Amino acid sequence: MMAGAERTRTRTRAEEALARNFAALASDDAVHEMRSQAFDAFMEKGLPHRRVEDWKYTDLRALMSDAPPPASPASPQAAEEALARADVFAGIDRARIVFVNGQFLPALSDLKGLEEDVEFASFGRFLAGGGALLVATDQADEAEAPVLALNGAFVTDGAVLRIREGAKLARPLEIVTVYAGAEPGLQTLRHQVSVGDGAEAVILQSYVGPDDVAYHTNAVTDVRIGKGAKVKWVKAQEEGNKAVHLGLDLPRVDADAVFDPFLFAAGSAVARAEIRLIFDGEGASAGIRGATIARGRQHLDTTLIVDHAVPECTSQEFFKAAIDDEAKGVFQGRINVWRDAQKTEGKMMSQALLLSESAEFDNKPELEIFADDVVCGHGATCGQIDEEMLFFMRSRGVPMEEAERLLVHAFLAEAIEEIADEDVIEALEARTRRWLSLASEVR
Amino acid sequence: MPAVQETIEQVKEIDVDKYKYGFETFIESDRAPKGLDESTVRFISAKKGEPEWMTEWRLQAFERWLTMKEPSWARVKYPKIDYQDLYYYSAPKSMSGPNSLDEVDPEILRTYEKLGIPLREQEILAGVRPAVEAADSDADSDDDSDAPAAEGTRQVAVDAVFDSVSVATTFKKELAKAGVIFMPISEAIREYPDLVRKYLGSVVPITDNFFATLNSAVFSDGSFVYVPKGVRCPMELSTYFRINERNTGQFERTLIIADEGSYVSYLEGCTAPMRDENQLHAAVVELIALDDAEIKYSTVQNWYPGDKEGKGGVYNFVTKRGDCRGKNSKISWTQVETGSAITWKYPSCILRGDNSEGEFYSIAISNGHQQIDSGTKMIHLGKNTKSRIISKGISAGLSNNTYRGLVSAHRKASGARNFTQCDSLLIGGKCGAHTVPYIESKNASAVFEHEATTSKISDDQMFYCLQRGMSEEEAVALIVNGFAREVIQKLPMEFMAETQRLIGISLEGSVG
Repeated sequence: MMAGAERTRTRTRAEEALARNFAALASDDAVHEMRSQAFDAFMEKGLPHRRVEDWKYTDLRALMSDAPPPASPASPQAAEEALARADVFAGIDRARIVFVNGQFLPALSDLKGLEEDVEFASFGRFLAGGGALLVATDQADEAEAPVLALNGAFVTDGAVLRIREGAKLARPLEIVTVYAGAEPGLQTLRHQVSVGDGAEAVILQSYVGPDDVAYHTNAVTDVRIGKGAKVKWVKAQEEGNKAVHLGLDLPRVDADAVFDPFLFAAGSAVARAEIRLIFDGEGASAGIRGATIARGRQHLDTTLIVDHAVPECTSQEFFKAAIDDEAKGVFQGRINVWRDAQKTEGKMMSQALLLSESAEFDNKPELEIFADDVVCGHGATCGQIDEEMLFFMRSRGVPMEEAERLLVHAFLAEAIEEIADEDVIEALEARTRRWLSLASEVR
Repeated sequence: MPAVQETIEQVKEIDVDKYKYGFETFIESDRAPKGLDESTVRFISAKKGEPEWMTEWRLQAFERWLTMKEPSWARVKYPKIDYQDLYYYSAPKSMSGPNSLDEVDPEILRTYEKLGIPLREQEILAGVRPAVEAADSDADSDDDSDAPAAEGTRQVAVDAVFDSVSVATTFKKELAKAGVIFMPISEAIREYPDLVRKYLGSVVPITDNFFATLNSAVFSDGSFVYVPKGVRCPMELSTYFRINERNTGQFERTLIIADEGSYVSYLEGCTAPMRDENQLHAAVVELIALDDAEIKYSTVQNWYPGDKEGKGGVYNFVTKRGDCRGKNSKISWTQVETGSAITWKYPSCILRGDNSEGEFYSIAISNGHQQIDSGTKMIHLGKNTKSRIISKGISAGLSNNTYRGLVSAHRKASGARNFTQCDSLLIGGKCGAHTVPYIESKNASAVFEHEATTSKISDDQMFYCLQRGMSEEEAVALIVNGFAREVIQKLPMEFMAETQRLIGISLEGSVG
């Protein structure tokens, strides 16, 4: 707990690479000016490290060894092949908006049946037209959020989505982010999703890419949830095993809305999924949940800040992680309850199972409370599979290994099943079964 | 709802006499020149007649300190401290090593008398009454001091530290019979240099943190305890710290060593006069428990918290750490924090020995403009180590109260077990309660559980109490005492009564 003496330091290799990559973007248009501001804000502090409280457990200076240049566009054929891997929600009849190597690909996208309810434009179009949308959000600022700053500097495309007031989407909408090719590259996306008052939608996000390619993904999503809207928001991060994934979701939830995000994290060598949620109107609720599975030497971080700025909102946070081999899991969650946010209910639970001797889990659930009439709590547990449960199953003839897998599956399913959408639950549980090499009929 | 007359009167009463230890003792004192440089360190070392190695040790720390920055991660805000605008050493002038109490300045004796600290061995700690009398709640306190120590009353040995020096240590002879060494650390450096040299700085190294390093350079006094092998210390040991002098920092250093199979219970209390300017207190406490030894360390911290506008008060930056060095050893911290303008304090346990055990029980009450950032660290290194954290934070007024704790299991700490519960209670809508736990597990067989809740005193509970004729203040005190019960029960009997009263006092005036 010692303050570090801040000295002038040499840049890390990744920072050098970032500076080079940024210099190569030079141009004299208005967008570039905004990019420069963002990049300067980033370079002022550089990559976050363990002495930066929010990055205490995910030290990017140590974890990010290099920074690839912006990805080059994939050939149509390569794009299509790569897209075939994005099959986590394959069993669901859904509309798709597809980004490959940071470019929107209309040919692979499909919004049929949603034309009435959804307005869509690519962020790239706005960038080309002067970048009016590349304005920093008020939920995070580039000086303190390196992911946002890097996003502002390198963004190439994204989805700008507006869901009409009162619309009930006929089918779920998936935003697919795919990396194609064998060369490392950087894909940077900025999505802006606005859900009209009273609308209902299921929005899925999937991230996939090839193994053994050290590509990077940076995705920032602004989300506005209108009054009384009901939105399920499921993110499946299944990037390739050498990838670095940095995600930042910035939802604002208006009065009486119900917003339920779920973060499924399975891929990447290094990943951080961060949600900063603000309640803007009274009576809203959010169920923020997630499941993380990690093995090998993966480093998967889930970070959460929930701001109760207005009275009578409810938030429930429920996260599960199963960590194997030498992998490391991180959960940081903070519930802020500001002065006026009376009658707030906040409940946060983070549970981790360590499946091997060398697995590691770091847990930091925080409460920050300034209002007195609230009920808030958090719990955190960390341990291994319960011996007694194992014994019970083995006494009924289930072999040791299978018993373990079943218990891990059940442990993760507790969080996944909270999604309350049969198809999505089935899709994600199929993934955890595959991860555990469990026969598919087990449910 | 307008307050009833009774309440208003009660509140008024507290207004003038809220902090009852705020008086000042006027005595002549001997001070080091203001400011801090190498010569200050040498001055203090010379004053204490320290051997060469000790002076060197201090100078090393001072050099290191010059390169360090004040930490800023804690959730406390205060104007920058000017370390050159302080006196680092202050001792009552008459204190050139009194051999008995009769030689101690009567002013100082009166101070301790007023504080209820017994310096004469036939006396007992204020607030402790024989069980028979306890039932009679109106017993006049004058009667107590005349009465001979009744049967069943436990004796407490006291080391009284006044500004930078220890003025008296009681029961030295009786303790020596048991082989227990209990004396001011400055004396121990001279008399038991080998013991001190072996253990000083072995738990909190001179490079540890900004405040601990400063303390290592300029510490003036504190207590030294050594309990030899297999000895159960025959009585409670206690140190009472008093800051009196203006603009003076108090830097005390406590070192407690429990050798194999021994047991000691140690109490610490502290108060300071009311002053408009802030006073600095940066202590270091090191505990070492060898094989099968147990140390129980209890604190009632009641430094002057500042006035209603947040003016004045003690800045309390304390590094306390215990090292369960031996197998099956145990260290237990119990703290009641009601005073200080700023508290920055994390009594910790390093669970090095296999099967060792650490405990932390804490009640932190903040009112007015107080800021508390306190908690603990349980660092599991050995096998089958256990720790337990129970923390109760109570915020009222405009205060902020933060629990910050770390529980970690090292790769080799198989079978480590932790249970943490931290509850916060908010009284009034202008205070803040925060919980910042860090839970780091690098061992699959380590089992960690953490629970935290935040709530306010429920309307139902208040209604129930008021309906039975209690005033609001009484009701709050009762409910809060219930809330903090688990911790209060862990306090030595000497402190229990005191604490229950303190909780009442600290929270008065916070309702409505």
